[in-house]
Amino acid sequence: MSDREHDDHWLARATTIRLIRRLSLFLLVVVVAVQWVVPIKGYFAADQWFGFGAVFGFLACLVMVLFAKAVGFAIKRPEDYYSEDAADD
Amino acid sequence: MIEMLPPGLVLLFGAILIGLTRGRLRDAVALTIPIVTAWLVWQVPDGVVYDIGFLDYRIEPLEGSPVRRLFATIFSLMAFIGALFALRQAKWFEIAAAFAYAAGAVGVCFAGDLITLFLFWELMAIFSTAIVWCGGSREARAAGIRYAMLHLLGGVLLKVGIEGTYVHTGSLDIQPVLATNFDTWMMLIGILINAAAPPVSAWLADAYPRSSATGSVFLSAYTTKTAVLALILLFPGEKALIWIGLYMALYGIVYALLENDIRRILAYSIVNQVGFMVCAIGIGTELAINGAAAHAFAHIVYKALLFMSAGVVILRTGMNRCSDVGGLFRTMPLTTVCCIVGALAISGFPLTSGFTTKTMISQAAANEGLVAVYFVLAAASAGVFLHAGIKFPWFVFFQKDSGLRPKDAPWNMAAAMVLAAGACIVLGVAPGLLYSHLPFPVEYTPYTPAKVVSYLQLLLFAGLAFFMFLPLMRRTLTISLDLDWVWRVLLFRTGALLFDLAAAGKRVASGTFGKALAQVHRLAHRLMGIPEGLERPGVLARTWPIGITAIWIIILLIAYILFYYL
Repeated sequence: MSDREHDDHWLARATTIRLIRRLSLFLLVVVVAVQWVVPIKGYFAADQWFGFGAVFGFLACLVMVLFAKAVGFAIKRPEDYYSEDAADD
Repeated sequence: MIEMLPPGLVLLFGAILIGLTRGRLRDAVALTIPIVTAWLVWQVPDGVVYDIGFLDYRIEPLEGSPVRRLFATIFSLMAFIGALFALRQAKWFEIAAAFAYAAGAVGVCFAGDLITLFLFWELMAIFSTAIVWCGGSREARAAGIRYAMLHLLGGVLLKVGIEGTYVHTGSLDIQPVLATNFDTWMMLIGILINAAAPPVSAWLADAYPRSSATGSVFLSAYTTKTAVLALILLFPGEKALIWIGLYMALYGIVYALLENDIRRILAYSIVNQVGFMVCAIGIGTELAINGAAAHAFAHIVYKALLFMSAGVVILRTGMNRCSDVGGLFRTMPLTTVCCIVGALAISGFPLTSGFTTKTMISQAAANEGLVAVYFVLAAASAGVFLHAGIKFPWFVFFQKDSGLRPKDAPWNMAAAMVLAAGACIVLGVAPGLLYSHLPFPVEYTPYTPAKVVSYLQLLLFAGLAFFMFLPLMRRTLTISLDLDWVWRVLLFRTGALLFDLAAAGKRVASGTFGKALAQVHRLAHRLMGIPEGLERPGVLARTWPIGITAIWIIILLIAYILFYYL
């Protein structure tokens, strides 16, 4: 197992991935916490709330992913959808 | 007397030269002509340089202004980067077509009147179609025809608008108007078709991914951004554009999220990015127009960079789908890094060109108190990171190990990518370089601690959302239907149905006609007899005794006398 791990690229090793994951989580915390030091003077009332950008960004993406998923049920077709038509004529 | 060579014509001349030269000389031509063009672009002074007679009109092929020079500069530089990228891999006629296409775009930049604008507009339509066809496959040919039909239709609408404007106002000048009457609406719709606005956004994702690995780099740069420039020159402050732009921004995200084709993801993200610009033009303030122009400039560079990295992957692996690739970072480190730079720039991370330009548009919306527009733009910014910023590099270069170990980019492709990646970072670190060339004086500071923090929150948590909801974004071997379904399937099937109906109708009609004809024949047979059956002749063909004929004559004569005396 460890042999295989060392064969692969350093970026693909489990230890590196664990490190990247921890660093990313740390970064997420920092970028919100820093708002105590750097007050955000928003343009409108809502966008100066604490952590607004984080919550808004997360929720916006959640909504878009779910919306895309829902729309996908209606509009996704097999890759040869149009070529089947072309074969008809 | 022509005092100055229009820069667009130099590129067109270059396109011909590429066809006439061979080998290293051709390489030299392909790399020097765009530089000469860029130099000429900067020699064009403000205002109309000269006018010439064309048919019965005075046209102005060369008119300079800061925004025109800005777009022409990036168009000619893109011809250089694209030529460098395509140098060893593309067929010569693809590069020649790309130069003629770029010539059209540069020509539109300096068009002083609507006729010149229209001529160069059509030049672009013709040669961009040629580039789509250079994809070489059966699908590329079909997509090219669909692309050409739509752009020629757009050209016709634009021409209707231009002619109407000339007839009703007597002026061919390019000046800001609002869509208030039929003529201006026709012009606006003609331009919006090129901007991939709804309901015809689908042409972009249909045609661009069918072109060759090098062709899509050129295609990504010109058509939509020329439309953005035309909107800046003709329709700044047209409120309808705000909502059209927002729709485009969200449309691009949703479709890109559903997509599996590597370059189609990028194609949808062009629509998304052009949506930001169209929205800014709709807002129409000085800051908004500056934002639209700056964002177009930055966008051309990072989108070309993303298309170049996709092009290298397609060239090296021969694969087009996210589900087929993955883990390519192991053997393609340079392409991976360049792609990540492009992805960060398109997402608008601080220190990249996307941040210094896109935030101008958000600021412009906030300054005008457009709350809904501001928040939709913010959501769309998060969505850009979701669909282009992470999704694209993640699925292509990381994700799973596909087992593919392709070589990294050839030197010329690598050089083109490094140049573009460098530009993305330089424009992010030193935005003043770009700001000083924008149409209006810039009093905008992109880097305030508050702006950086709130933007980072938005983007990083969008990233968190991506990895948390990754299972919802599993790649499927599907395409997504778009409104082009209406003409590709519905109209096609309706047409086929009508043909069938017509054929059936004809059959029915021919049936009745046949029956009627048979009736006539039967009647004739009864009266005249059957031609073959002379032994049983019809009533009129029989031989009658002479007395009966005499009686008939008497009856006729009596009838005549009676009528005479009545």
